[in-house]
Amino acid sequence: MDKFEENRKQYWSSNLKLVLSLLLIWFTVSFGCGILFADYLDQYTFFGFKLGFWFAQQGSIYIFVILIFIYIHRMKKLDEKFKNLNTEDD
Amino acid sequence: MSVQNLTYLFVGITFALYITIAIRSRAGSTSEFYIAGKGVHPIANGMATAADWMSAASFISMAGIISFMGRDGSVYLMGWTGGYVLLALLLAPYLRKFGQFTVPDFIGTRYYSSLARIVAVICLIIVSFTYVAGQMRGVGIVFSRFLEVDINTGVMIGMGIVFFYAVLGGMKGITYTQVAQYCVLIFAYLVPAVFISIMITGNPIPQLGFGQQLVDEPVYLLDKLDLVMIDLGFRAYTSGMKETIDVFCITAALMLGTAGLPHVIVRFFTVPDVAAARKSAGYALIFIAILYTTAPAVASFARINLFESTHNISYTTAPEWFKNWERIGLIAWKDKNQDGKIQHAAGNAFEPAKPIFSDQAGDFGQREINNTANLENNNEVYIDRDIIVLANPEIANLPPWVIALVAAGALAAALSTAAGLLLVISTAVSHDLIKKTFAKNISEKKELVFARISVLVAVVIAGLFGIYPPAFVAQVVAFAFGLAAATLFPAILMGIFSKSMNKEGAIAGMLVGLIFTFSYILYFKFVNPQLNSSEYWLWGISPEGIGFVGMLLNLLVSNILRVITPNTPMHVQEMIDNIREP
Repeated sequence: MDKFEENRKQYWSSNLKLVLSLLLIWFTVSFGCGILFADYLDQYTFFGFKLGFWFAQQGSIYIFVILIFIYIHRMKKLDEKFKNLNTEDD
Repeated sequence: MSVQNLTYLFVGITFALYITIAIRSRAGSTSEFYIAGKGVHPIANGMATAADWMSAASFISMAGIISFMGRDGSVYLMGWTGGYVLLALLLAPYLRKFGQFTVPDFIGTRYYSSLARIVAVICLIIVSFTYVAGQMRGVGIVFSRFLEVDINTGVMIGMGIVFFYAVLGGMKGITYTQVAQYCVLIFAYLVPAVFISIMITGNPIPQLGFGQQLVDEPVYLLDKLDLVMIDLGFRAYTSGMKETIDVFCITAALMLGTAGLPHVIVRFFTVPDVAAARKSAGYALIFIAILYTTAPAVASFARINLFESTHNISYTTAPEWFKNWERIGLIAWKDKNQDGKIQHAAGNAFEPAKPIFSDQAGDFGQREINNTANLENNNEVYIDRDIIVLANPEIANLPPWVIALVAAGALAAALSTAAGLLLVISTAVSHDLIKKTFAKNISEKKELVFARISVLVAVVIAGLFGIYPPAFVAQVVAFAFGLAAATLFPAILMGIFSKSMNKEGAIAGMLVGLIFTFSYILYFKFVNPQLNSSEYWLWGISPEGIGFVGMLLNLLVSNILRVITPNTPMHVQEMIDNIREP
């Protein structure tokens, strides 16, 4: 039972770490590149777009999609690990 | 075939399709009626979520708004997609694990309180009805322009269809109809976008096309648009006018609001397990992103097309679409400099900004308007932003079948969202109010009857909104997102991530968020609309963005109360442990 509690805590903290790091990227590409630093980034061009404008109207959306799929993939692995740890104890 | 006949044909075929699907997926139990029996495949659920989410506002209005706002329109693009990251990472998997029927179900159980449940139901009903009103306007516009039926008849036909498949199929019927509606709407959105992208830039992918050079001269499209607009006295298309803090708060309020919208959250209750809930959030965002990354391209194409096809063109030789839309009152022209030509410039052409048509025809056959000309600028044209997407195929001279397709797509977008919203409203009434609060002993069969009656009532109210549109429809969209962001989102978030958040904290937080956000919007939109400008706003934050401040207040109040009131009971802490496990 103690072992199970420990696994559960470990699972939750790896989950939180993953979510926080993905949300950091989420914040950086949208609020950062698309809003706060957009004017600065506009001096660079990217496929014919001003970079800040591109992040605000295109790039941030693509990165959002990628973030969710990274999350799906990592969580799948984490779920499996957690399941295996618990069956080992039985 | 004429545009009108083709439109009848396309709309008829799609409606027949929706009804067939509804009949084949009838619901027999409350579980099927509320959450489609938890048997929806993640990809199907992703499509249904996308159709549910992309409303008349996304399909019809968004590209038009961006077209007129340029860079500032980005708040909608990021705000309405970024919320899905929050939904996928912070809410969907846990709510699915919780495994009940509704959002108030979660809040009521997690905060062990029927008061919390009722506060959640109130927030849900305000948010959802605000939203439904907008869908009805969309249905009305499409019917009156393309099928030339009376707006009221159009609304009634639309309501009849939604009523039919929502009452019969419940969530199950709605889900599979929405899958079909997604296919119709995305096809209808992409076809004209691809055509126009090829015409203007030679690139068939609109997302790339609007960053490229024009076909007829070696200039980048966005540079050309910036130049033309500065020339006419506008700000450059790619630079913004709003204050950074306001852009920040609006984007945040839209993201948090998206993640807290009940009709979106409830979609994740319909899949078989937690992993499927995560996946379907991912698929939903892909399907949404296809439209959302196309919209800014459509916006810039439309803006440049608009100037090129009507600026400095005499009214008598103006393209047909200009007069068609003028006829139904969404375009108006006042020849201020008496040269018989249409001129665009920055600023409102006349006062008040919306045209008041007289019965007279002007010198050139235009509809005469009674507004006083605004002599501070040279602008002569009023264009309702909602027509950009609908008129785009006509502006670009695309074949009639494309125009008919867009009409069918717009109806698919409006109807799918309306159906999803009506279902969460009726579920909240039959399940959360009747079954869980006022008549706990009713049987499942009876609950299902109540569920169907509530859909009927909700459809009738929504229909009335469409037939007698409240003058404030456009202004109240801010309510839906702001309130969801300030009430439901933080309550659910803390319910999952903070074990010690108790009922006192959550209820007080929701109420503070609700009252603060509601009053702020009410004050600037209705009580004192003349003060609705940045100098009077709190820290320069507009009513659209105030939901973010409301959410921060909610977090603050609920955490203060959490510390000074009794701790969460043991059985609730165990429940939280349980939903945190996969």
